[in-house]
Amino acid sequence: MVDFAYARPTTLAQAGQLLAEPEATALAGGQSLIPALKQRLARPRLLVDLQDLAELRGVEVNDTHVRLGAFTRHADVAADPRIAEALPALAHMASVIAHPQVRHMGTLGGSIAYNDPGADYPAAVLGLGATIVTDRRRIAADEFFVALFETALAPAELILQIEFPRHRRSGYCKIAHPASGLVDTGVWITRLPDGVRVAVNGASPCVFRQAELERRLAERFDPASLEGFEQPAAGLNDDLHASAAYRAHLVAVAARRALAMALQY
Amino acid sequence: MPKLNVTLTVNGQVRSHDVEARTLLVHYLRDHCGLTGSHVGCDTSQCGCCTVDLDGRAVKSCTVLAAQVHGRDVTTIEGIGTVERLHPLQEAFRRHHALQCGFCTPGMVMQGIDIVRQGRGTDEAAVRQDLEGNLCRCTGYQNIVDAIVDYAGSEAERSAVQR
Repeated sequence: MVDFAYARPTTLAQAGQLLAEPEATALAGGQSLIPALKQRLARPRLLVDLQDLAELRGVEVNDTHVRLGAFTRHADVAADPRIAEALPALAHMASVIAHPQVRHMGTLGGSIAYNDPGADYPAAVLGLGATIVTDRRRIAADEFFVALFETALAPAELILQIEFPRHRRSGYCKIAHPASGLVDTGVWITRLPDGVRVAVNGASPCVFRQAELERRLAERFDPASLEGFEQPAAGLNDDLHASAAYRAHLVAVAARRALAMALQY
Repeated sequence: MPKLNVTLTVNGQVRSHDVEARTLLVHYLRDHCGLTGSHVGCDTSQCGCCTVDLDGRAVKSCTVLAAQVHGRDVTTIEGIGTVERLHPLQEAFRRHHALQCGFCTPGMVMQGIDIVRQGRGTDEAAVRQDLEGNLCRCTGYQNIVDAIVDYAGSEAERSAVQR
């Protein structure tokens, strides 16, 4: 593995200073970063472990929002009855990320900051229209996910919390690669008071909103609205795991299943 | 890079070693503590042979830095039973012939204990789902699943008696 130094700051100010050092990288649960370090896909000089920062912790559920600290681990989201009540699709998503050992370490903030196309959480964050609260500002989900492994975060900017609006009528379905568990294609659907949001993950380099599905489902939030829908294959990922044409097909499949889940809630 | 001190409790004993920051927990356990029961099967977070218990939760020790768990409590396969007095899940593995070559077994047992502790051990489908991160190339899993379900049943009985 690449050689690096390690620091574990206890205050946000310390963390900010350390992250401002050249080639410093934030470490959350490490379930994506450590494999990347082994493959030398990342070569930091300094890892800044965020586990002691109290500002990144905590789960708060109020009448309008579910506010999760960036360091909230997947297993904790999956097991929290308040989250299951407020946003059942989010609890479901957390319960199917990778496998149990990964869910015990991996964090929400780490997942969205890394923005792996095969990650689950970006679909929930974009699909629910969540707000990413950093140590500097609030970023709307629509502005946050920029490109493959790229977000709107500035260098050394830290995610503190993610605020999810309580749109209970949401559903998620992913078709995961059977070996890696990464998402080949997934769809998140949320019914808003005044419309529908649909986010597609896994299928393309970066999670995206599917405007045609949003329009169809806003007219009628019903499986019949999906009849005849076809996702264009252009621009979708085409690799050894799945062809672009197959992923396009999976968008329609996952959309039907995600809608079925949303209709349960 | 300068080394850093990593002190943690392993199987009830405090261990302290100066290691490189990049040292993985599994290498800390194997190379520095001499506990070679946790195996490195794939080193890519796929196989689960390196599964250990970290503060009551199963994790893959090949995908955790030793430095990350400084001050925490780790239990490995060596910490759950002895050859003379096996852990009941190890007993169940023996009874059900849940291993052949044995390479994946430490991880299977540590993950199996976690599954049962979370109350999912009596449901065969849940056991299979929760073994998703553990690979066995010999057994076809059936006997492993049987052993975990058997152990979960006896644990449930035991706690019912205690109540």
